[in-house]
Amino acid sequence: MSNLFDLLVAGLATGAIYALVAVGFTLLWQTSQTINFAQGEFVMLPAFLMLAAMHAGAPFWLAIILGILLSMLLLGLAFKLLLVDPMMRHGVLPLAIATMALAIGIKEAVKQFFSAEASPFPSIVPTGDISLLGHAVSLQSIGVLVLAILAVFGLTTLLNRTSLGHQMQAAAQNPTVARIIGVPVERMILLTFLINAFLVALASLLITPIYLAKFSSGEVLGQAAFVAAIVGGFNQVRGAIAGGLLIGVLDNLAASYVSTQYRAAVPLIFLIVVILFRPQGLLGRAEERTV
Amino acid sequence: MKSTILAGALLAFATATGVHGQAIKLADVAELSGGGATVGTNWKNGIDLAIEEINAKGGVLGRKLEVTHADSQSNPGVARAQVQKALDAEPYVLLGPGYSGSVKVTAPLAAEAGITQIMGGEAAELTQAGNKYLFRTSFGQQSSMPKVAKYIHDEMKAKTVAVVWVNNDFGRGGRDVVVKELDRLGSKVVADLSTEAGQADFAADVGKIKAANPDAVFVYLNEEESARILKELKRQGVTAPLMGETTLIGQKVIELAGDAANGARGHVGLTTDAPVDLIKAFREKFSKKYNYVPDHNGLKGYLAVYMVKATTEKMGKVDPKAFADTLHGLTIKAADEPGILMDVTFDQNGDIDRQSFLVEVVEGKQVVKQVLPKVK
Repeated sequence: MSNLFDLLVAGLATGAIYALVAVGFTLLWQTSQTINFAQGEFVMLPAFLMLAAMHAGAPFWLAIILGILLSMLLLGLAFKLLLVDPMMRHGVLPLAIATMALAIGIKEAVKQFFSAEASPFPSIVPTGDISLLGHAVSLQSIGVLVLAILAVFGLTTLLNRTSLGHQMQAAAQNPTVARIIGVPVERMILLTFLINAFLVALASLLITPIYLAKFSSGEVLGQAAFVAAIVGGFNQVRGAIAGGLLIGVLDNLAASYVSTQYRAAVPLIFLIVVILFRPQGLLGRAEERTV
Repeated sequence: MKSTILAGALLAFATATGVHGQAIKLADVAELSGGGATVGTNWKNGIDLAIEEINAKGGVLGRKLEVTHADSQSNPGVARAQVQKALDAEPYVLLGPGYSGSVKVTAPLAAEAGITQIMGGEAAELTQAGNKYLFRTSFGQQSSMPKVAKYIHDEMKAKTVAVVWVNNDFGRGGRDVVVKELDRLGSKVVADLSTEAGQADFAADVGKIKAANPDAVFVYLNEEESARILKELKRQGVTAPLMGETTLIGQKVIELAGDAANGARGHVGLTTDAPVDLIKAFREKFSKKYNYVPDHNGLKGYLAVYMVKATTEKMGKVDPKAFADTLHGLTIKAADEPGILMDVTFDQNGDIDRQSFLVEVVEGKQVVKQVLPKVK
């Protein structure tokens, strides 16, 4: 049983990262009907921006700030203005293909400018264990979990309890009506892109010390988060959070109690089962939009 | 008429001179990206360094060496296509790949073309298939794993062992030999865990190791995954001694795993920390050129080129067809060819025999604990 507790904590920590990334899928889908297939690479890139800042001589804390700001500039603002807005006119499918191309572009650029080899990345959470309910639990797992929960809590508070959040939701649910009642829809959509960029930068900061900084690390993350978003419900932030946590825990339990060899298949089988019996996801809405 | 004869003579002279001065073409196919990028990059850099040195001293039999590098992307399918492309250009010798799975699918192509392949793969089966054109730059698992099992049993005094391996040709080959040897020696395998190449999260695997509570853990993964599992082993507080092979205690692994690598031990056929003057000199030259300390793959790439040089000079001619025959049974002494770094002998299977080392990571550095002699 002690093993089960450790697995749950480690699974929740990994799942919280998936949740952060998955939330980005749902945010962009809600506001601009965009599926960003470069979301995994969006998580990979900020770590390299931070590493670049450190190589240039910046201390870790400054590299983190610069990395987050640059991510918001490149993966939020530039992504929206230079790729999403122009491609959106041609429909969702060309846009989705463009994000796939972007994923390849980011990966190759990082490989070219940095290296194809993995690099170590410092952790903001100290190593070591703390005692929790009689178990030695790693500080890193707890730290990742707490920071991810704080980020998600902050986001849901912003969306549900502030005027800005209500405006964002209105812009997402019905842009035409939102415009009539004076909501600056374009600004709200841009804000969503910036929030996504912030979340992926945070996810990058938390996961890279464990996964290592590597140009290809976004593939695994992007896929896991995409599955999490679908399982939880693509049109609900809370669905993405639940989906992320579920996939993280399920992956660890499957590896431990089913087979390490087939661990990758278990979340996919789970995904198929969910799609068959509840196509909108566990917490998703059946209808796409409401007024 | 006279002018035609003169022109013909000049042309013949120019052609003959051209052939004599023509570069000797080598083809390298390596893991320059993907999961084996560390392997391939070190291997490639070692090759380039050796070629630069040899050419600076006048080349081989007066001819310069030239190499083309191709990326297998750490994918056996891509490796096969790249090797076929490389062979179509009729190289003198094929170098690489480093991954056993990629060597397995490319070796028949090189053999069919009659081109010698000098590679970095360590899977036991590679040289046991009767391929006369395949040569190793490092020990095969049939040589290294018995030494590993003996160390776990005799030196670590482990009665129970957890074995973690990567589910590819390299990992399976090592796992099969070490499990058999441990069983023969009387150490019981209490956890036998297969992991995936490129796996990021080792929490569940380490959880299983903890649950099995072994006296020692044998870790046989590729470099990046080795670093990840070392961090996870430390994170979950596994205190059993860790034993591995070259891929557990390489420089890149130490860099990636940080403190978590301390205490890990491994048998290595080659290490830049070896107490051998020629290897120390190699390490210095390599570090100066590339600004990092190479792992064993850097040494392997370097040696591969010097194997080409020594064999060709032994033949006294550049003859791709006779190359493999000459290399079989050849002993190259470091005194005669310093680039080979240590005295080495190649047997009839293309397997290698030379000294090897037992290494421990102490405060982020490889420390050689024992030097093991040549088998024969």
